[in-house]
Amino acid sequence: MEPQPLALKILNIVSAVLLAIAVWLVFFYAPLELVMGAVQKIFYFHVANAWVGMLGFIVAAVAGIAYLRTHDMKWDIVEMAAVEISLIFFLIAIVTGSIWAYPAWGTWWTWDPRLTTAAILEMIYIAYLLLRQGIEDPDRRARFGAVYTLIGGLSVPLTFISIRIFRTIHPALIGTASAASQGGFDMTAPMKLTFFFSLFTFSLIFVVLLWHRIRLGRLVEKVEQLKLKFMQ
Amino acid sequence: MKRHSSSITHHASRITRHSSLASFFRAIAAIVWKDLAAELRSRELLSAMLVFALLVILIFNFALELDVKTRATVTAGVLWVTFVFAGTLGLNRSMAIEKDRGCLDGLLLAPVDRSAIYFGKVISNLVFMFIVEAIVLPVYSVLYNTNLFKLGLIGVILLGSVGYVAVGTLLSAMAVQTRTRDVLLPILLFPVVIPVLVAAVKASSGFLQGLGLAEVMPWINQLIVYDIVFTAVAFMVFDYVVEE
Amino acid sequence: MIQVRKLVKRFGLKTVLRGLDFQVQEGEFVALLGPNGAGKTTFLRILASLAQPSLGEICIAGYALPTQAAAVRRRLGVVSHMPLLYGDLTAAENLVFFGRMYDISSLDQRIDEVLELVGLAARRRDLVRTFSRGMQQRLAIGRAVLHDPEVMLFDEPHTGLDQDACDMLDKILRDVAARGRTVVMTSHDLARVEDLASRFDVLSRGVITASTTRSKLGQSNLLDFYRQSLQET
Repeated sequence: MEPQPLALKILNIVSAVLLAIAVWLVFFYAPLELVMGAVQKIFYFHVANAWVGMLGFIVAAVAGIAYLRTHDMKWDIVEMAAVEISLIFFLIAIVTGSIWAYPAWGTWWTWDPRLTTAAILEMIYIAYLLLRQGIEDPDRRARFGAVYTLIGGLSVPLTFISIRIFRTIHPALIGTASAASQGGFDMTAPMKLTFFFSLFTFSLIFVVLLWHRIRLGRLVEKVEQLKLKFMQ
Repeated sequence: MKRHSSSITHHASRITRHSSLASFFRAIAAIVWKDLAAELRSRELLSAMLVFALLVILIFNFALELDVKTRATVTAGVLWVTFVFAGTLGLNRSMAIEKDRGCLDGLLLAPVDRSAIYFGKVISNLVFMFIVEAIVLPVYSVLYNTNLFKLGLIGVILLGSVGYVAVGTLLSAMAVQTRTRDVLLPILLFPVVIPVLVAAVKASSGFLQGLGLAEVMPWINQLIVYDIVFTAVAFMVFDYVVEE
Repeated sequence: MIQVRKLVKRFGLKTVLRGLDFQVQEGEFVALLGPNGAGKTTFLRILASLAQPSLGEICIAGYALPTQAAAVRRRLGVVSHMPLLYGDLTAAENLVFFGRMYDISSLDQRIDEVLELVGLAARRRDLVRTFSRGMQQRLAIGRAVLHDPEVMLFDEPHTGLDQDACDMLDKILRDVAARGRTVVMTSHDLARVEDLASRFDVLSRGVITASTTRSKLGQSNLLDFYRQSLQET
């Protein structure tokens, strides 16, 4: 296996440093929110996690389409990497959201559009992994995986729209009058800085993780190749 | 190309080539005819779907204590859960028949567009769904003493079934080609078909609660859009599911 | 009739066919021999347009695969070790269905002829489910010749058949070949193939390693030729 490229090594360090700064910003720079207090601080990482989940979801769907067009196995590796990362980050977003929701809404879970959609998305990812597990032939596995991410990529936004038409109690991001009454809040300048800094940091972490996971996928491929060569 | 004249080959002159669109529809009709003729004889798919549907309704009766008050609010949900569960059974069986004696290869060997195979299977599966629904509705009406024969509700059931079967046929073609084929279909199908189900349940319960058409219309519009979107995409990717 | 050039087929990382070259003249009856896992079935599935080649050119009856697949399919009859028939339909109904898929006109008459050819005219109204393996395989051949194909592909047609059924099948195969069709058949039953085919190709490790014709073979044994060609590789 070739060693990590320099850019990746640098990114490893940069993302670690940025994450440390983001943590510092959240705890020591951003002011305490007036209504909710300390629990509001979870929001910075919660939104960033959900954002990374979304990124992974989009990358997976695009990689799926790219695979179907080119039949190039590298897109299958990208797709699988994006799905796995997105699965974990959405899970973190759901857990952090629950921690925030309990004091804010008085319940760990509500069937709000975003929460419900996130939960359904997790189910789709698990179905995707089960589907791949049930197929031996790598070509077919890649084809079916791509088709399923494509259908999922289509269905999830529609699910969101459908459920959105029920009333939501999830706060809108930048506070409006109605959002404030539902537990939203206005962001002051330092809050905004912390928020966007976290968003950027997690986007970078996403890129680094995706890169590592793709390298891992290639390594798996190489091991399979060696195994085949050895057996023949 | 040189033609050999013999008792078999001279018939080639009789084998005429019809226009491609006509033969496309002929192929769809042939698949539907084949599925219905086989089902008429064995009745194994429909009877399994029906018995299962009735059992689901029975179980809901105990689980939800379907008294008059709750009934009004949950009927739409109970109906759709019944259709969805029974539908999965039918979709799975319908595709398994194609896989059992290698018939899917037989279909793929025919000089027809793959989308004809997709639409043929969709229409057969829809017919099976409709038959089950046509029996479940009066049975439910009698058992729970509610009138389900409202034109709007029937329209919604038709529309919802189209979207459900459009995705279900595609995913069942995928599921039968996996090692875990018996259990995989519902796991694959349910999370992606939720938009159709949400719209269908909402529209159905709107009609059951006697809301006006204006209030139900947004859900029906959504349902139509989802039907079109899902059918179009499933039709576009079906090739990738059946071709190696 | 069939031209295959530098055909490569990969399943993921596994390469099954490695630059295979293969030509069949019109009217030839070629038996493809080879050990299990040599890629015979994969090769036949690619010829049948059921699987896509990874690389290489294929031309059947003047049409290229996979770009002109529909035209190739019209001229192709395929029999595999699976019957590709519906158990809950009768023999005649199965043929009606496939006849409609191929858009055959005056279908009823054609079905009568085909059922006669495969010796199932008396059982035409019986469900395929009730047929023995041999009868199913005969009907499968009936299905494959229904649209009067120029090229026929047989993938291990003798699998699971008893002696009588095999003999019956051979008779039909000879009948099919005698009508000037081009035939490619895979088999590992050398004794059966020996007096059926006119040419014998050995497929091993993804390429054709040896080829001989019946006239070249003369009095010598096909088994000796087969063993020798496998040892050389």
